[in-house]
Amino acid sequence: MALVVLVGYLGTALWSLRVSLSSSRTFPTYDFVGLAQFERLFGNERWMLSLENLAIYGVLFIMACMLIGFLLAVFIDQKVRGEGLLRTIFLYPYAMSFVATGLVWQWVLNPTDGIQQAVRQMGFPDFTFDWIIDQDMVIYTVVIAAVWQASGLVMALMLAGLRGIDIEIWKASRIDGIPAWRVYFSIILPMMAPTVATVFILLFTGVIKVFDSVVAMTQGGPGTASEVPAKFIMDHLFGRANLGLASAGAVVLLLTVLALVAPLMYARARKEGVA
Amino acid sequence: MQMNLRLNLTVAALLMAGAAHAQAPRAEVIHWWTSGGESAAVKVLADAYRAAGGIWVDTSVSLGEQARSVAINRIIGGNPPTAAQFNTTKQFFDIVDQGLLNNIDEVAIRDGWDKFLPEVVLNIIKVKGHYYAAPVNIHMPAWIWTSKAAFKKAGITAEPRSMDELFAALEKLKAAGLVPLAHGGQPWQDNTIFTNVLVNQGGRDLYLKLFRDRDPKAIQSEAFKQVLLTFKRLQGYVDKGSPGRNWNDATAMLIKGTAGVQFMGDWVKGEFGLAKQEAGRDYGCIPGFGANSPYVIQGDVLVFPKTTDAAAIKAQKLLASVITAPATQVAFNIKKGSIPIRTDVDATKMDICAQQGLAIMKDKSRQIGNGEAYLTPDQNGALQDIITAYWNKNIPVEKVQKDIAAALK
Repeated sequence: MALVVLVGYLGTALWSLRVSLSSSRTFPTYDFVGLAQFERLFGNERWMLSLENLAIYGVLFIMACMLIGFLLAVFIDQKVRGEGLLRTIFLYPYAMSFVATGLVWQWVLNPTDGIQQAVRQMGFPDFTFDWIIDQDMVIYTVVIAAVWQASGLVMALMLAGLRGIDIEIWKASRIDGIPAWRVYFSIILPMMAPTVATVFILLFTGVIKVFDSVVAMTQGGPGTASEVPAKFIMDHLFGRANLGLASAGAVVLLLTVLALVAPLMYARARKEGVA
Repeated sequence: MQMNLRLNLTVAALLMAGAAHAQAPRAEVIHWWTSGGESAAVKVLADAYRAAGGIWVDTSVSLGEQARSVAINRIIGGNPPTAAQFNTTKQFFDIVDQGLLNNIDEVAIRDGWDKFLPEVVLNIIKVKGHYYAAPVNIHMPAWIWTSKAAFKKAGITAEPRSMDELFAALEKLKAAGLVPLAHGGQPWQDNTIFTNVLVNQGGRDLYLKLFRDRDPKAIQSEAFKQVLLTFKRLQGYVDKGSPGRNWNDATAMLIKGTAGVQFMGDWVKGEFGLAKQEAGRDYGCIPGFGANSPYVIQGDVLVFPKTTDAAAIKAQKLLASVITAPATQVAFNIKKGSIPIRTDVDATKMDICAQQGLAIMKDKSRQIGNGEAYLTPDQNGALQDIITAYWNKNIPVEKVQKDIAAALK
């Protein structure tokens, strides 16, 4: 098992690192050009834009999903009627392929055929909602579609976490007369910390990998406005026949993830060590 | 004793049947001709190959990039197809460098390819004196298509014959409430318009200085600046729903008569054909402005992965000679919308746009290659990124020129 992990994960990651230091095109060559590919990468406007988009997308997506998912979980936890049905409805978007739903979102957000046109025909001729063709706003449309898809999953996980809270806590808080929002904020959420951490990690890995939403909804457009690193890497791997540059991009993405995850793991290890 | 004899005879018969079957050259071809019209076209090739005694095994993979990846992976993996489709570009040069393709010199020399293939195509298929690809068709990406219905509604009586007349026509279409320029906002389509403007306004010399020579002085010149400005000016005539639209949806606008003009390659004829529209009657085709406008050549080729299997080599040679034969060329290209690779064919059954294209192709001085015939996929991609960014954003044209010079260094 350890051997598979070593060869599979580490081996291939190290190979990508090696290729990123070469001038590979369609095929890997093993010459050594130093950091030339990285220089080219960071001088590439499309790559810098993709990093920016990833940051905006990541922050908004994670915040919105956690908030909406948590609120939905709280709502369902109130012993509402038809709980099973509601849970299914909220979780359903996650079960569908984003390639299909992304196309539908593209039609819905299209100014000439979608929401803008529908609202205008309802009697509001000045209503505009053309984010999807706007260079600066298009990434937010991808966020909207992605949040719609992933909130259900967050809800399901948070609900499981909520259900794990001892019923005595609820009774005690009611006796003490603490307002509901305070209970959730100061007592329940800290108790759910492991669940929240799990959800965060899941969402974070989803953010780094974002590819199918962008391809299905905007193809990275208009122009290159909604470019993301994963799409940049894929395009250069196959379409542009530039293994070296794509590998450099992949290495940078890996370093970004490590930079964020390493401090977390270090903090946890220290806590466990002390405890 | 009799049992033994019967057994021996059965085995011998089976072996002979197997050998006879193995005699027919078997060709597995990877390609991306998957749309309705394209499937009909590749069937023509398959039928011609079968008529010549071969067995055609079809491996279609949709999307060019995917198909090429599959082909490359299989070549490296040691299970190569008999033939694989690529474009008439430098896409397969890396594979040639690695020594992973068979050459088809025998067929090329025997059939006299040097005599009838355009120079642009020869420069791509002939690497270091050997022929590594068999050309299948010639597409021209820089046509201008017009909807007769839309033009009639806007009161435009004649097809535009210059850039100024084109802009005047676009204005009239706008005034009549139609969409002047049907366009799909995808990077390659933005690039198609750019190529068209460069060809028609910049001319052959500027075009070659940019793509073939990558001359920084030409890129920073006033003439190129004007080309870029005209390109950007066209952006004002597209409708709001343009970003992300597919090319055939833009052609559908011309078919319906809601838009007047489209800058696209001759593969649109498949769409017009499916809608039962006829060239000259329902739609017009302009190959370029001016009597000597360049004819931009791009297209598809089949390459033949390296193998030492004698049967496979036989199949490769048969395939190469079948697809370049005059009769196959006419039949295939009628279905595909492109023009044959050779001008010594009977073109009377082709539509008037194709006949026009073929006539222009006969003039060697008007032949030039598509950008990708001169640039590597990487350089072409970098150029495309800058062009599409300029189309969509308000960037000062001097910065665009600087970026292009840096990308093509």
